[in-house]
Amino acid sequence: MELPPYATLGQKIWHYTFYVICGLIFFFLIAPILTIIPLSFNAENFFTFTPGMLAFEAEAYSLKHYEDFFTNPSWQQALRNSVQIAPVATLISVALGTLAAVGLSQPHVPARRAIMAILISPMIVPLIISAAGMYFFYSRIGLQGTYLGVVLAHAALGIPFVIITVTATLVGFDNSLTRASANLGAGPVRTFFKVQMPLILPGVVSGGLFAFITSFDEVVVVLFVGSAGQKTLPWQMFIGLREQISPTILAVATILVVISIALLTTVELLRRRSERLRGLSPS
Amino acid sequence: MTDSATGPDQFTGATPDNALRDADRAAGPVLAADGRPLKQSLSRALRAQKLRALGLISPLLLFILITFILPIADMLFRSVENQIVSETLPRTVLALEDWEGEGTPDEVVFRALAADLVIAAEQKLHTRLGSRLNYETTGLSSLFRKTGRDVDEIGEVYLDQFEALDPAWEEPGTWVALMAAPDWIEAQADWAAQAEADRDFDSPEPRFRLDPAAGEAFPVAAPLYQRFAEVIQVENEDSPTEEEPWPIVYQALYEDLIAGHGEGVAGEAGRLIAAARDAVPGFETASAREGFLEIDEDWGNPEVWGTIQSFSDPYTAGYFLSSIDLQLTPNGVEKQPEDQQIYILLFQRTLFMSLVIMGSCVLLGYPIAFLLSNLPLRTSNLLLILVLLPFWTSLLVRTSAWKVLLQQQGVINDVLVWIGLVADNNRLELINNQTGTIIAMTHILLPFMILPLYSVMKTIPPYYVRAAKSLGATPFTAFWRVYFPQSVPGIGAGCILVFILSIGYYITPELVGGTTGTFISNRIAYHISQSLNWGLAAALGSILLAVVLVLYYIYDKIVGIDNVSLG
Repeated sequence: MELPPYATLGQKIWHYTFYVICGLIFFFLIAPILTIIPLSFNAENFFTFTPGMLAFEAEAYSLKHYEDFFTNPSWQQALRNSVQIAPVATLISVALGTLAAVGLSQPHVPARRAIMAILISPMIVPLIISAAGMYFFYSRIGLQGTYLGVVLAHAALGIPFVIITVTATLVGFDNSLTRASANLGAGPVRTFFKVQMPLILPGVVSGGLFAFITSFDEVVVVLFVGSAGQKTLPWQMFIGLREQISPTILAVATILVVISIALLTTVELLRRRSERLRGLSPS
Repeated sequence: MTDSATGPDQFTGATPDNALRDADRAAGPVLAADGRPLKQSLSRALRAQKLRALGLISPLLLFILITFILPIADMLFRSVENQIVSETLPRTVLALEDWEGEGTPDEVVFRALAADLVIAAEQKLHTRLGSRLNYETTGLSSLFRKTGRDVDEIGEVYLDQFEALDPAWEEPGTWVALMAAPDWIEAQADWAAQAEADRDFDSPEPRFRLDPAAGEAFPVAAPLYQRFAEVIQVENEDSPTEEEPWPIVYQALYEDLIAGHGEGVAGEAGRLIAAARDAVPGFETASAREGFLEIDEDWGNPEVWGTIQSFSDPYTAGYFLSSIDLQLTPNGVEKQPEDQQIYILLFQRTLFMSLVIMGSCVLLGYPIAFLLSNLPLRTSNLLLILVLLPFWTSLLVRTSAWKVLLQQQGVINDVLVWIGLVADNNRLELINNQTGTIIAMTHILLPFMILPLYSVMKTIPPYYVRAAKSLGATPFTAFWRVYFPQSVPGIGAGCILVFILSIGYYITPELVGGTTGTFISNRIAYHISQSLNWGLAAALGSILLAVVLVLYYIYDKIVGIDNVSLG
């Protein structure tokens, strides 16, 4: 996007206007998320910047909303539930998903497209429909309102992400490595764990992170499949936003933003490592 | 010249030439090392490979089938399932088959309804049926509840007269002697003796069995008494030997006797029947129809009966018709009354708002993707983080951010007032309407537009545009005629993705949409958790699912499932 030296005035104006437009769109993308961070330190129970905050007075800022989050039993219970549900669901998705992705990347799989379509379907079907179906079906078989029901539902929702990331990593996988390993006397299990697994690990981990964030962030399905005993963090936020909106939500939101920045960094690093391992590109 | 002793043909043993010659001589199939035909050996290896692949996939496939596909199938099934009417009112449905839809049905139907409703009320099923039928005709819920309370009075006239005739009719034992199979009576007596002897004895009473002879002698009363005995044993955990039958059983007995049935009953019961048979012609009669009309005069309304008749099939298209503002009436499919037509409007609104969101995502996403794909890789990777951060941030966080920003006392209005664009007393209404939903959802779905656009634009070679310019095209022509057409696949992919995601959205419209900015999904959620009209929720969901699957099919044709990228 270099401007040639012979550009006319009109072209120059358009060039810089375009930059301004892009800047505004980036602002639109990022500003809402950044605005809530200072607002969460508000000393008042307001949702806007108080005059004191704009003047950077120390007493206009406080940590009381964070304090509320860490002491309020209902928020703490929600946090505990989230932490109990997401890792187990992730574990199920990753274990079954990786196995299936390895199977799917074999050269001869009958009805590959149909199987792929079924496995990806939880990502395609709108959440409200998945939630409705699971609510009806799980209440038929007694899983509605149970911890197990929520975990199974979340595992199902996370599986497409694992399948997609792991199959993507396996596309660049050099199959002569497994043949070499077999040639040197390793059995299929040993080959998988010693040769294949270390190479596809970045894909597995980032798939796991996607599955984790799906479960950790999910509210529609848990709203229907779960009961009050499985109230997760997003659920508590949803109630807070719908009924009695309190600034504690902004404190929770800020914590979640920090977590997502950490996850984003991890995934990006993993992606680069995976590309380096597979020798795809140096960047 | 080749020496004949050292020529290739002189060697014996496993040389390639000899093997070929052997193969030719055998004139059979080519063999593998272990002596099997090569073809067979290869296909065996292929089969083993396929089985191994399937073995690896099958645990997950099974898991998804049970946790996800079956629930979806269950929802599709529920959108047409309607067994509650024919299960709760089996006799009425049968009797109502010949009803023409004019006036009230005749006495037979009312008697059948009385029997069905007494049983249903005893099992507490009539309220569920009432709420089901209430979705179709309002008022039926309270009608069924009210009728369920008083329906056991129907037939009391006959009960009183039988008991006046002979006090033995009050005894449950009389009925047992009349109706029960002899071996059941014996088994029951044994059970009672055991229960008497042992306090801790708690095996249930043997199941009531009808005497086949009684079944023949009393074609109306015997099946009804059998049902009575079952309900008493199962629902009330009581014994038919302890309980006096419902009044409608007496009425059924009256019907049997007046029709001349009830022959061939022996013993004490036979004497009672014979006496009753002589007396019944003189009995005072009461019509079940009058009884029902006395409980509630709505039973004289043909609309009520029409609803029952229309929804008596075990499967119905009624929910789907309701989802498109039609209704099933005895006279066929009709439009819903004006004030109840909301679903077509809601579908239209969902589609319209999804299109607006999709359009604004293209408008905002295209410049960003263009910029990213034309900057040096280092800079664009840095800027891409600004796109990925919202993508990775919790949906609830982004929605709460908008909820805070868009309020009347929120940051955006404050800034606008401060700049002076908006008067303080005339703040913009940005939330709890369509504007709020469109702004928030555009922000939430924008990364889903930018990422596919960017991945397509990255592959467009820059020299085409340069060539166009060197051939004399203005920058605009070069962009519009050369660059833009190459980026269309990216626009297509992004648009379908954003559209699919937005028509099924629930959380954001629910929180910032108020009443005018909600989608069809909010209505589905309402029917599941508040109105409890699950069938309608399932039908609305099925329609939405069909739309999404069609769009997804198109997406698959354009982009391919395997090319779904996750940033």
